[in-house]
Amino acid sequence: MSAPNSDYDPKQVAALGEDEVAQARDAALAAIEAAESLDALKAVRIAHTGDRSPLALANREIGALPPQARKDAGKRIGQARGAVNQALSARAATLEALEEERRLVEETVDVTLPTDREPVGARHPITTIQEHVADLFLAMGWEVAEGPEVEAEWLNFDALNLGPNHPARTMQDTFWVSPERAALVLRTHTSPVQARSMLTRTPPIYVVCPGRVYRTDEADATHMPVFHQVEGLAIDRGLSMAHLKGTLDHFAAAVYGPAVTTRFRPSYFPFTEPSAEVDLLCYVCHNEPGAVADCGTCRGEGWIEWGGCGVVNPRVLVACGVDPEEYSGFAFGMGLDRTITSRYDIADLRDLWDGDIRFTEPFGVGL
Amino acid sequence: MHVPVEWLRSVVELPAEVTTEEIADRLTMYDLKLEEIVGGGITGPLTVGRVLAVQPEEQKNGKTINWCRVDVGADRNEPSVPDAPGDDVPSRGIVCGAHNFGVGDLVVVSLPGTYLPELGFEIGSRKTYGHVSDGMICSTRELGLPDDETSAAGILVLAPGSAEPGDDAVAVLGLGDQTLDLEVNPDRAYALSLRGVGRDAALAFDVPFTDPAERPVPSADTPAYPVRVEDPEGCPVFTALVVSGVDPTAPTPGWMVRRITDAGMRSISLTVDVSNYVMLELGQPNHCYDRDRLQGDVVVRRARAGERLTTLDDVDRALTPEDLVIADDSGPIGLAGVMGGASTEISETSTSVVVEAAYWDPVTIFRAVKRHRLPSEAAKRYERGVDPELPLVGAARVAELLVELGGGTLEPGATVVGTAPRRAAVRVPVDLPARISGVPIAPEEAQRSFERNGCTVERDGDVFVVTPPSWRFDLNDPYDFVEEALRTAGYDQVPSVLPTPTGGRGLTRHQELRRRVGHVLAGAGLVEVTTLPFAGPADLDRLGIDADDVRRRQVLLANPLSTEEPGLTTTLLVGLLRAASLNVGRGHESVQVSEVGRVFLAREGAPEAPIYGTDRRPTPEELAALDAALPHQPFHAGWVLVGERERSGWDGAGRPVAWSDAVAVARRLADVLHVELTVEQAATAPFHQGRCAALVLDGTVVGHAGELHPTVLKEHGLPARSVAGEIDLDALLAASPAIGPRPAFSTYPVAKEDLAFVVDTSVTAESLRAALASAHPAVESVRLFDVYTGSPVPDGQKSLAFAVRLRAPDRTLKDTEIAEARAALVAAGEALGGTLR
Ligand SMILES: [Zn+2]
Repeated sequence: MSAPNSDYDPKQVAALGEDEVAQARDAALAAIEAAESLDALKAVRIAHTGDRSPLALANREIGALPPQARKDAGKRIGQARGAVNQALSARAATLEALEEERRLVEETVDVTLPTDREPVGARHPITTIQEHVADLFLAMGWEVAEGPEVEAEWLNFDALNLGPNHPARTMQDTFWVSPERAALVLRTHTSPVQARSMLTRTPPIYVVCPGRVYRTDEADATHMPVFHQVEGLAIDRGLSMAHLKGTLDHFAAAVYGPAVTTRFRPSYFPFTEPSAEVDLLCYVCHNEPGAVADCGTCRGEGWIEWGGCGVVNPRVLVACGVDPEEYSGFAFGMGLDRTITSRYDIADLRDLWDGDIRFTEPFGVGL
Repeated sequence: MHVPVEWLRSVVELPAEVTTEEIADRLTMYDLKLEEIVGGGITGPLTVGRVLAVQPEEQKNGKTINWCRVDVGADRNEPSVPDAPGDDVPSRGIVCGAHNFGVGDLVVVSLPGTYLPELGFEIGSRKTYGHVSDGMICSTRELGLPDDETSAAGILVLAPGSAEPGDDAVAVLGLGDQTLDLEVNPDRAYALSLRGVGRDAALAFDVPFTDPAERPVPSADTPAYPVRVEDPEGCPVFTALVVSGVDPTAPTPGWMVRRITDAGMRSISLTVDVSNYVMLELGQPNHCYDRDRLQGDVVVRRARAGERLTTLDDVDRALTPEDLVIADDSGPIGLAGVMGGASTEISETSTSVVVEAAYWDPVTIFRAVKRHRLPSEAAKRYERGVDPELPLVGAARVAELLVELGGGTLEPGATVVGTAPRRAAVRVPVDLPARISGVPIAPEEAQRSFERNGCTVERDGDVFVVTPPSWRFDLNDPYDFVEEALRTAGYDQVPSVLPTPTGGRGLTRHQELRRRVGHVLAGAGLVEVTTLPFAGPADLDRLGIDADDVRRRQVLLANPLSTEEPGLTTTLLVGLLRAASLNVGRGHESVQVSEVGRVFLAREGAPEAPIYGTDRRPTPEELAALDAALPHQPFHAGWVLVGERERSGWDGAGRPVAWSDAVAVARRLADVLHVELTVEQAATAPFHQGRCAALVLDGTVVGHAGELHPTVLKEHGLPARSVAGEIDLDALLAASPAIGPRPAFSTYPVAKEDLAFVVDTSVTAESLRAALASAHPAVESVRLFDVYTGSPVPDGQKSLAFAVRLRAPDRTLKDTEIAEARAALVAAGEALGGTLR
């Protein structure tokens, strides 16, 4: 039988004293707080919670205490150890966050470096403006009609009241397909699409026709042998010039802004009667005395020619199978290239056609 | 049409306070659009001066200047100019560089403070060549006058006695006159005359108009000259008068010269000037023959085969039986309504004149102008339509002026053959003007506007019966009268009413898909360009396209702008490669461009397009015949990539474009259109024989993509390894299903197998991939991840490695099933001669 207190060390028993436990705990907490790195904290952990640490040793002594004292000591030491462990994990979390922060700071990059290795595409403004105009009319319940660019002479001219001896035929400098007796032309306007629409649809008809058209103009800063038009045609009961004006006012406001002012001026087109030119009040000088004379945008005229229009000539309706006694209609046509050049102040039309990528790129995929 | 304002005011009672600008504005809104106002810009003391003394002084630069003393009138002379040559009398000292004048000449001096628009600045007193030049002696050009033989030398010298020093030179020379340059639409032929513009101006301002055509005409009881008209259809009205004893040296008076030159014509001689003057005034072209050079009767007839005519422009022309001519015993002496002949031309010695004025059939004249490519002032009017009631009036006006200004005598009688065609009355519903214009034009207002335009109007219930005047060729249909009524009411009165269509169906499927294609191409990093669709054989040669290639079937033009580009392009690559070259030439190392547009392929043996009448709709068969004549013109998409697909940068090296980038664009298009496009090995221009992919849709080749042939690249100045592609978009869109594939995927576990096969190099990756994909029902996907050649793979063979994913839609695959699928995959590879590595 061994004596229960044979190796009893009064000093160690004394270490279980309240003060001693508190002291050990505080020393541990202070060491934890002082640890400046995870490595240092690891050393603190070993020193203050390891097998040889005062609190661990004290814990081992608990069993040697009388039952009465055992409970108190156990509670005291348990609390102290708990506090130390909690402080350890809190400090560890803090140090981990600090270390990560330090690492992230070390990973700092120059965010102003270029990010331009992927190729960036863009759409030509002539394409997007055609879609823009089409969308505007689609929203009003119109449809988009298309037709061939090499067109039958009859559809480009005769059906539109431009008979073979009509002086206006020579006004439109026409590309003829060889041989001329083939009776094919490169369409001089998108109007044959209007004729085709009347020939293949039943009224009411509301169509816009954007597309490429041709005239025998040598290319220079203000002329191209190929350009883009958008034409519109409406055939319904009871349509008049007033509906034409309403449509064009809406169209103009959508393209040039709500403040735009339009004006009808008498003109002549074989396919419309009455015919008009539609002008836009110059959006630079507003035709104001003093400003208009030196205005480069309207060349001193105060108004900018926007397009031609009018009431569809009944002769055209007849040729296209629409009864002029029952229906009337209106038509209009505008150049789109000039809308682009004037809006973006482009001096040379050839820029639209050369294919220099720096022309298209700034537009991105919209206007 | 140039209309001197002073002349206009002589026939229209315009209030003096109405400015030229106001006249122009009103006419513009009356369908006579102002192009520009010419003249009238000179301000300040522009003065007539007399040269009193001239002292030539040679300068160091070898040039001789004249130091002059000029009398510019008592009011404007300086009391003394001691430095100037000659006696120091009141005058001005002026330095002048020109030499075509001398002492005593009357000249025009712009004194300090004069503004000359031709120079664009105000003249000041300035020190030059050692003298103070107190103004400038003016040249014709500086005054904005047309040059002629006498003035070409420089300084304008006035005729002696025509003015006095100190006179206002603006008044003396008529430089204050302004001229309206008006655009006349082809339907308003009557406005190619003072008479027509005057009438419209009077209407526009609602002021009285004096019709210059209202004048007495000689009696036609006896002919003035024997004339036979053998072709009354081509020549409904022919008139002639004879004036004898005209002084060939009589000058044209200044006022007439001024009006003619302001109207844009040249003064030639009195007879010619009078003829032109009357054409400008009345709109009646006319011709003066030297009576002494006429041989026998004048005949109007069609030309005979082989006949020739030297016209006034000294061109010898072969005539055809279609040509309407004026002839005498010698043969044709004029091309009717277009130009007279040289053999009977008025000369410096002509004294006896036959004046011809006629009404020619407009279509005949139009065709003659086209046939002979001979536009003239006369033909411009005749082909649009000259008032058929006017010929005798016009001839009489010419005769009157020749008598008055040339001292001639009007011979008795007048030749008048034919009568003016009667105008048919047009029935116009009284409410039509309001109904069509949208402006509430009352019937009475409409009637008044018709009448003021010269129509006679009767009313038959709810219909106007309107007979247009003889000079209005544009008033034939009821709607023509709507325009007339609206012109009077004012185009600015049209209200703005937005129509309300019943609702459209939105874009068509093809339109919507074409937009999608545009976005996809941009999303693929391609910059869209639009290129001119013209091309020639040389362009196709540069692409290496064979003679029997379909792309040689160009639609050729009868009148191309350039002989290099005689037709339309058959491939977008012509324009795209040009654009790529241009960009490279402008210093871009990397260029990635695309285009969506039509190409044009001639149809062999296509019929000619019919020309139908316009009095009814063509039948469906007739419409089909029109379309059958058209060439094939499908939309294509094309792309060219040059340089680096991905640029080099701080974070990595660049990736040069490769043939696969070109094929990837095609595949991406097919994907977004949900089209099954397969890629096959091909060898087609303009591609590298070994790096060209055919793009195949349902067994039909619809395009190609790949690396461009080195020769093609060299021809276009493009760097090696540039790539391109082109595809028939119409074919692609037509194959695009209305509803895309159903998204279907299994949520059961996947089994992955990597398999590498060694196969002959002739076995394509796609054929092996396709074989594996269909090897077993459990195969979900097959993706090639590596290609390897070289040791230990034998020569002539390659290793293709695929990642295969196996999965069942409804269960977890068992190990036995996976093993079975793997065996099937291996078998499929072996069936193509492959061995599993
Ligand atoms: Zn302006």
